[in-house]
Amino acid sequence: MCSFKLLRIGISLLKKRLILDAEDEGGGEKMVQNKSGKKAPSTCGMDDNFSDLHEPLSELQAKAEAARCLYCFDAPCITACPTSIDIPTFIHQIRSGNPTGSARTILSENIMGGTCARACPTEILCEQACVLNASDEQPVEIGSLQRHAVDHLMAQGGSHPFEREKSSGKHIAIIGAGPAGLACAHRAAMLGHGVTVFEAKSKPGGLNEYGLAAYKMVDDFAQKEADFIQAIGGIEIRYHQKLGDNLSLNELRDTFDAVYLAIGLGNTNALGLEGEDMDGVMDAVDFIEALRQAKDKSSVSVGQDVIVIGAGNTAIDAAIQSKRLGAETVTLVYRRGETDMSATDFEIALARTNDVHIRLWSSPKAIKGEGEVSAMAFDRMVFEDGKLTPTGQSYELRADMVLKAIGQKLDMAALESFEVKAGKLVVDESFQTSISGVFAGGDAIKSGEDLTVQAVEDGKQAAHAMDMFLNTGGR
Amino acid sequence: MADLSCTIAGIKSINPFWLASAPPTDKYINVVRAFEAGWGGVVWKTLAMDPPVINVSSRYGVHKDGNQGILGINNIELISDRPLETNLEEIRRVRKEWPDRVIIGSMMAVIEEQVWKDLAIKIAASGVHGLELNLGCPHGMCERGMGSAIGQVPEMVEQVTRWVKDVVDIPVFVKLTPNITNILWSAEAAQKGGGDAVALINTVNSIVSVDLDQMAPTPTVDGKGTHGGYCGSAVKPIALNMVAEIARNPDTANLPISAIGGIETWRDAAEFLALGAHALQVCTAAMLYGFRIVDDMIAGLSGWMDEKGYKTIDEFRGSAIPNTVDWNALNMNFDTKAHIDQDSCIECGRCHIACEDTAHQAIRFDSDETGARTFTVIDDECVGCNLCSMICPVPDCIEMRPVETKEPYLTWPDHPLNPMKAAE
Repeated sequence: MCSFKLLRIGISLLKKRLILDAEDEGGGEKMVQNKSGKKAPSTCGMDDNFSDLHEPLSELQAKAEAARCLYCFDAPCITACPTSIDIPTFIHQIRSGNPTGSARTILSENIMGGTCARACPTEILCEQACVLNASDEQPVEIGSLQRHAVDHLMAQGGSHPFEREKSSGKHIAIIGAGPAGLACAHRAAMLGHGVTVFEAKSKPGGLNEYGLAAYKMVDDFAQKEADFIQAIGGIEIRYHQKLGDNLSLNELRDTFDAVYLAIGLGNTNALGLEGEDMDGVMDAVDFIEALRQAKDKSSVSVGQDVIVIGAGNTAIDAAIQSKRLGAETVTLVYRRGETDMSATDFEIALARTNDVHIRLWSSPKAIKGEGEVSAMAFDRMVFEDGKLTPTGQSYELRADMVLKAIGQKLDMAALESFEVKAGKLVVDESFQTSISGVFAGGDAIKSGEDLTVQAVEDGKQAAHAMDMFLNTGGR
Repeated sequence: MADLSCTIAGIKSINPFWLASAPPTDKYINVVRAFEAGWGGVVWKTLAMDPPVINVSSRYGVHKDGNQGILGINNIELISDRPLETNLEEIRRVRKEWPDRVIIGSMMAVIEEQVWKDLAIKIAASGVHGLELNLGCPHGMCERGMGSAIGQVPEMVEQVTRWVKDVVDIPVFVKLTPNITNILWSAEAAQKGGGDAVALINTVNSIVSVDLDQMAPTPTVDGKGTHGGYCGSAVKPIALNMVAEIARNPDTANLPISAIGGIETWRDAAEFLALGAHALQVCTAAMLYGFRIVDDMIAGLSGWMDEKGYKTIDEFRGSAIPNTVDWNALNMNFDTKAHIDQDSCIECGRCHIACEDTAHQAIRFDSDETGARTFTVIDDECVGCNLCSMICPVPDCIEMRPVETKEPYLTWPDHPLNPMKAAE
């Protein structure tokens, strides 16, 4: 069996060196082999290729890791967490042999603590803030410990850890069953309100179900978590309900006491090149969604030579998964330099250990092919006088698949009456949009980074804001 | 390399590291393995008159820190459960095969003169270098009138010591129990009875934990538990104090001490020697790590002695005794303040919250817009308690700096605010 545990150790060992290598190389095209000496992932069985990126900690590992936490006062990791989980306390509870209490501590601030433990870029959040970084030690593996505690609680089954307050008699409509929507639904239900969630797709979870890389969300975790959240009671989810299609905002406003828009970013940005409609050219998010929904991953078709355009975590996820599906070459192309990439250092290193070529300073110039894509041309770029400028040189890369990951944007259908700024819905400090009684959160608004953890925080805060709104008379 | 040989009660040993009377010294094979590993001597597991005792199954309990480290263990095992002659025959064999190593015979009996005398004569005849009277075992045997049942009564300590001294001409060590109010009473009794040395401490009476499912103390024997003898590094502080009390007491200052109690490293060993011990006994460390643990006890102690320029143990033995004083002899004018090295501080805030919640509100906490946190000692509030420097996770980050003062050495008895002095 191809062991990703070994791969992971290799990654952590190589992480610093990889980054240094990349800086040394400038172009960052150097290939780094897995130090463990194991076969490259793409030669393993397909199931292994999409198995857990980070294996869960054993109880012994969790206790040893928990013992490394210094139990800081007014801990910087809490401040760094968008949901303000009391991290030193939950780690102390693992250490004291109280993993259920630990999970309650986590979930009381972040009901999606399980997904966040798997998908959060902890290296730029809590773990970056860990004071051990200032010593000669690695930061505490907060994400892995959080997963340990939450998985323990969810595996126990039993009753839901939170109780609902007395019914308020109020009813909230939530549009979108993604992280913001479900987090809002849970908190609103907890506060005693009735909740109906309208979801466009056939399953809850949003990007947790359709967008995160398969190896981060194994064993159908997004669905298990959605079930766990609904177990508080008072939440009804209606599927195949799309705003502007079979769902009318005005009707919802008339029927419900408040409305929460957790619609995410439904559209994608285009390259603006001719030939974007050719066969083989597609949005990375659609590719990932197809992969996530496929029971048999090998049924998902992938090109022999894949180009991924973009520099964020979606681009990285698409590139790595293309490689693991069996693509011969995968090249991630970005028009600027590595330090400008929005993907985290960890994700970039992960791409390189998965044999993804990263080509920098290259701007898409043309898509070539007849009916189906056969190559792409790129302009070489340089940063000059404060501007990104073509050098005049260009090159071509062979490709039978092009995945676009250059950002998502708000689907404006049915949102014409809202105030929008810089591509996001405008909300006030209580998450209320320009329309009274209509609140919004998640990727559709500008709150923090477009991350699951931020969406959960948005949902939680909006639930409290709507609670206040309803308690003070509503509209 | 420093000379680690030592002499206690006239018995010469190649090094001060002996194994204490316990499971590791139960029989020939253990003792030979110990000598092969480099131990200087052993105190054979306690012998009594036949018939041998019978032990229960499930014998040890444990007290751990939060990271699987063992702080201490307790045991409810009794003395040797093999026939006396089997033990004596093995002692004779080892004595012959390992002439340069020390074997002490540990013994116990009920408070009957003839039994003590007969047993002492039998064991001495096996060729042991000395006898150790086990007056300390705090579990099981005491319920039969032995061990600590005798050791807790100074008159009985004196009596049995005298009985044994009457019939043997080899050195007699009296092993003391810490489960008493004043160790000096037992030590003085041992001395009065003619004891050549004292060995201490025996184990501390304890319940190490309660099994919350069985609702019984551990170790649990078929649903029930009993108090046992606590040992390991957790008892070292208790042992150090009792050794120091005997060493600095004028009446017992010349009584040789075989120190026992949580010795795990060469540093522990050096500390006991500095407080006046003539030789050392180890048990728990060997049980936890195997006999090889003696390697670094030897290498570490001799390395430290070389560094300090001590050629023999006697050159530093007892050096800490003059500095071990009553509270009333401490200098009230001494002042020390915490100082936080801002360069090595990792901003965990542990010092601040400890001082703020439980001490003297002497560490200020400031943070700026960037999230940078600064912890600063308020000298006027700091009483020099050491709490912050102890809990700081960064070595040498918080230093306790003595304040330079021109004030004279002033003890409480001489202090102007002492009401007892005013009454003079």
